Amino acid sequence: MGLRLEPRAERSRVMVYLTPLVAAALTVVAGAALFAALGHDPVRALFAFFVAPLTTAFGLGELFVKATPLVLCALGLAVGFRGNVWNIGAEGQLILGAVFAGGLALWAGETIPGGGGPWLLPAMVVMGILGGMAWAAIPALLRTRFNANEILVSLMLTYVAGLLLGYLVHGPWRDPMGYNFPESALFGEAALLPPLVAGTRLHIGALFALAAVAGTWVLLMRSFIGFQIKVVGLAPRAGGYAGFSGDRVVWLGLLCGGGLAGLAGMVEVAGPIGQLHTQISPGYGFTAIIVAFLGRLHPLGILLAGLFMALTYLGGDTLQIELGLPRAVTGLFQGMVLFFLLASDVLIHHRIRWSQRPAIPHGEAG
Amino acid sequence: MRKVIRPGGPVLSRRTLAAGAAAGTLLAASGLGATRARAADPLKVGFVYVGPVGDYGWSYQHDQGRLAIEAEFGDAVATTYVESVPEGADAERVLSQLASGGHGLIFATSFGFMNATLKAARQFPQVKFEHCTGYKRADNVSTYMARFYEGRYIIGVIAGMMTRSNVIGYVGAVPIPEVVRGINAFTQGLRSVNPEATVKVIWVNAWYDPGKEREAAETLVAQGADVLSQHTDSPAPVQVAAEKGLYAFGQATDMRAFGPEAHLTAIVDDWDSYYVDRTRAVLDGTWASTDTWGGLSTGMVAMSDYNDALPEDVVAAAEAARVAIAAGTLHPLAGPLTDQAGTVRMAEGEVPDDGLLLGMDWFVEGVQGQVPR
Repeated sequence: MGLRLEPRAERSRVMVYLTPLVAAALTVVAGAALFAALGHDPVRALFAFFVAPLTTAFGLGELFVKATPLVLCALGLAVGFRGNVWNIGAEGQLILGAVFAGGLALWAGETIPGGGGPWLLPAMVVMGILGGMAWAAIPALLRTRFNANEILVSLMLTYVAGLLLGYLVHGPWRDPMGYNFPESALFGEAALLPPLVAGTRLHIGALFALAAVAGTWVLLMRSFIGFQIKVVGLAPRAGGYAGFSGDRVVWLGLLCGGGLAGLAGMVEVAGPIGQLHTQISPGYGFTAIIVAFLGRLHPLGILLAGLFMALTYLGGDTLQIELGLPRAVTGLFQGMVLFFLLASDVLIHHRIRWSQRPAIPHGEAG
Repeated sequence: MRKVIRPGGPVLSRRTLAAGAAAGTLLAASGLGATRARAADPLKVGFVYVGPVGDYGWSYQHDQGRLAIEAEFGDAVATTYVESVPEGADAERVLSQLASGGHGLIFATSFGFMNATLKAARQFPQVKFEHCTGYKRADNVSTYMARFYEGRYIIGVIAGMMTRSNVIGYVGAVPIPEVVRGINAFTQGLRSVNPEATVKVIWVNAWYDPGKEREAAETLVAQGADVLSQHTDSPAPVQVAAEKGLYAFGQATDMRAFGPEAHLTAIVDDWDSYYVDRTRAVLDGTWASTDTWGGLSTGMVAMSDYNDALPEDVVAAAEAARVAIAAGTLHPLAGPLTDQAGTVRMAEGEVPDDGLLLGMDWFVEGVQGQVPR
């Protein structure tokens, strides 16, 4: 007698919505045990992690500031992932977006008296998107022309992008007044995203993310192109018989991923950072892969998952500041949250049964 | 040998002095500072670290300074730290969160926090900020840093006398002037005793990345280096030297435990007295924005115990350099200073000013490799 996992014939609609709650419950229980074992009041620790960051306007602003690049990157990745196009290089595409947009900002700051007008920010947005797209076009081209694996190509290009950014801020784009430190001059006022709420760092980049959620939703859920992506992703040969071009899906997936990651890069350098240096992203492009799957490749799910991931970073800070817990504990807790969320997915495709007999492989049970 | 040298060494005497000064101040404060002592709210002092406290290097040493504040002021202060904070958009959030959470004094301990510190300081004008290794100040932002290059000259002297292959491996962190300056000072010390020796540099482009530091160290050994030096924060290069039976120097803190045979000495960053002084200044209400660049003479840079295996003449040469630098009679980067192309950048007898040191982006003769640009 024991627990047995039995595959479901169809994925459970109920469980799709129930598993996040199951995961949350497991997290609370395991987290409480963890904090209690460390000698802290579990209620206070859980409050500090999940609730305290959201109790101030500053904290709410920071939540969106942190979530914006994650959501932007994850939305673009989801377009590709749905079509079986595995873009792992959003980090590099983000960097190229930052380089293109930041390069324009630096150029405007140097050559235009007054640092440029209201046209500058829209132009930077376009440059950011183009930069990301250009970087993503390389794996797209190599995949469609030479059948090169886009996972490897896009991942490797991430390191090239990091080195390119390093070259620029160590060399030609280095701040001449900066004592040779590897960073650019600060952008002018005209190149900075205006704040949405005074007293917080919340800037209009957050609206870009919301617009991208709406745009991706229309693309994936309501357009014929979205349907093609889905068909090609689920059954490439069926898509082929229907006359859907696999190459087109590859290009679309990578360009959407690159464009939105590039926009995320622009938002970061024109928003909270305000200059170019080598540390513009703490791995948003990679974390976005988790966000995309946590959000079940659905635009609204990604928005929620992005906000949730952002909360785990803010909560991690709060745990360190208020309870004096080391970063390792907050990392452990973050990992636990993700583990439960992803592990409980098994309930969507399987059900748990008590069995009297030893488990029999599926198909022979009669 | 080390027992002969240490009692007269600066570390002990500085600590004794500091303790005496602290006792005196406490006595004085017992009358004047009574209100503060009785006040319900302790001064909250926050620290932002770029690496984990457990790096046993840079951030670890700053955390020792935090503990020194706690030991010194007890209930009058409450300290907090946030570790492994990325140098991008996150830094300002953490700094602002500390400031809005009632911290009156905040130490930001990595160069990459500079602009974030300035921004947070504008938002919270009543909070005092201290930024380590930067050059931008404000009414409520001080900067501080240590002349690590003084210690690097000394380990250069030791390396020059201990090497057999005349090739020294140097694991560079991020190619900023502070690191370039350190490599140059090391090389000047090295070639002052061994003009044949050269320095090979590998950049890992990170302050703390034990995996990359290890790879770089192993590559340097494969290229013939028999003494390793490092400007990265983990003990990985020391461990590599220990495994290969070679020599290495600790960075930021005494790393002897990671290779007792290999570890010749370490350049120790000692932030304790600076942190205690600055905290006292806030408690007294005398805090003002300053720029501090401490070295061997102020105790902000110190050498850890020499390895017992070091021959007497090597220790004597190292000590002579240390004493001369601390006394100001020897500048590690004094002329003649020749760059890699053979151009004399500074004539004999000249001493570089801090402006030149602060922006140094070229290697002296004897260094192999380029400053990335």
